[in-house]
Amino acid sequence: MSITVSIPTILRSFTNNERSVQASGSSVSEVIANLDSQFPGLGDRLIEDGQLRRFVNIYINDEDVRFMGNLDAPLVDGDTVTVLPAVAGG
Amino acid sequence: MRYDSLLESVGHTPLVGLPNLSPSPDVRLWAKLEDRNPTGSIKDRAALAMIEAAERDGTLTPGCTILEPTSGNTGISLAMAAKLKGYNLICVMPENTSIERTQLLNMWGAQVRYSPAAGGSNEAVRVAKGLAAENPSWVMLYQYGNPANSLAHYTTTGPEILADLPEITHFVAGLGTTGTLMGTGRYLREHRPNVQIIAAEPRYGEVVYGLRNIDEGFIPELYDESVLTTRYSVGPREAVTRTRELLEKEGIFAGISTGAILHAALGIAAKAVKANERADIAFIVCDGGWKYLSTGVYEGSLDSAEDAIDGTLWA
Repeated sequence: MSITVSIPTILRSFTNNERSVQASGSSVSEVIANLDSQFPGLGDRLIEDGQLRRFVNIYINDEDVRFMGNLDAPLVDGDTVTVLPAVAGG
Repeated sequence: MRYDSLLESVGHTPLVGLPNLSPSPDVRLWAKLEDRNPTGSIKDRAALAMIEAAERDGTLTPGCTILEPTSGNTGISLAMAAKLKGYNLICVMPENTSIERTQLLNMWGAQVRYSPAAGGSNEAVRVAKGLAAENPSWVMLYQYGNPANSLAHYTTTGPEILADLPEITHFVAGLGTTGTLMGTGRYLREHRPNVQIIAAEPRYGEVVYGLRNIDEGFIPELYDESVLTTRYSVGPREAVTRTRELLEKEGIFAGISTGAILHAALGIAAKAVKANERADIAFIVCDGGWKYLSTGVYEGSLDSAEDAIDGTLWA
């Protein structure tokens, strides 16, 4: 199960400045756990008290996981996951 | 249609069908042409409503100076209304916005103070909050947290759409201050409990997400996740592609954020076709393309267009 994860600039210090990394897992939480084992400390930047951090947005194939089951949102081989900080518009 | 003044004419925009982009007679797309507002964007609704609410509660009195963080359209709307009503306006705008925005703000008499490109609108909000603290007599309407913003859409945009399209199944709009989606979404759901409310969020170039750390993120105070059915992130390439398609197939010359919204709307339309379900999908045309001509996105290859808006706030 290979998932491509896009990493925002502010978290690339964890990924040796790689903007895109591969991870495995069949749910968002499994992928985050896998990322944390590859890049220790990254998981903590995404999750707090078992929840997605307030200012972290994660998208599966461009859809926000908060509307797809949050950390339980399912993933299949070939999915693209994008991590972005929440920013303002308007 | 006749109105007593330009301000009276805000709203009442047309809803037009898209016969060429709608996939079938059972799955139809409808564009709410918000570029037909006085300054050419949907923000006229919220700007006027915020000013009038502040006049009613006494925070805004004749000769006051209004301060607002804005990536452009809200500032332009406020500038027009402030000019007609006799207020001064200072806008804090990220430096990575199109030149037309500054030109229009100056034209309507607003002062512009720039915030750094890195961090985008988050920085504009931070700078404006600092200025507000240093200048207590200035009135910050604060579109991100002002209930009059979403209320304007609850009382005008929502009712207009429902009156024109009682059979509505989906509403799609851009996510910025979240005012359009919150207000219109709440109104539509009260009257059509099964309606789906879909957010299309622009995904900018990396500089806009250039925060120092994740805790500098920003979520507008108006945002209530429970109003939305789902939320899509739409990148610049898709936004430009759809903006051009809307012009090519339906003759509608819209700004780039509208392309992002249309992209989400077409995705929903395709799903409805696949599921063999009827759908009447209304989406927002936020503004016309005029303010973005200088970016070059309406000509040349998609690659060059994508490069042209990389790092700018195009929505």
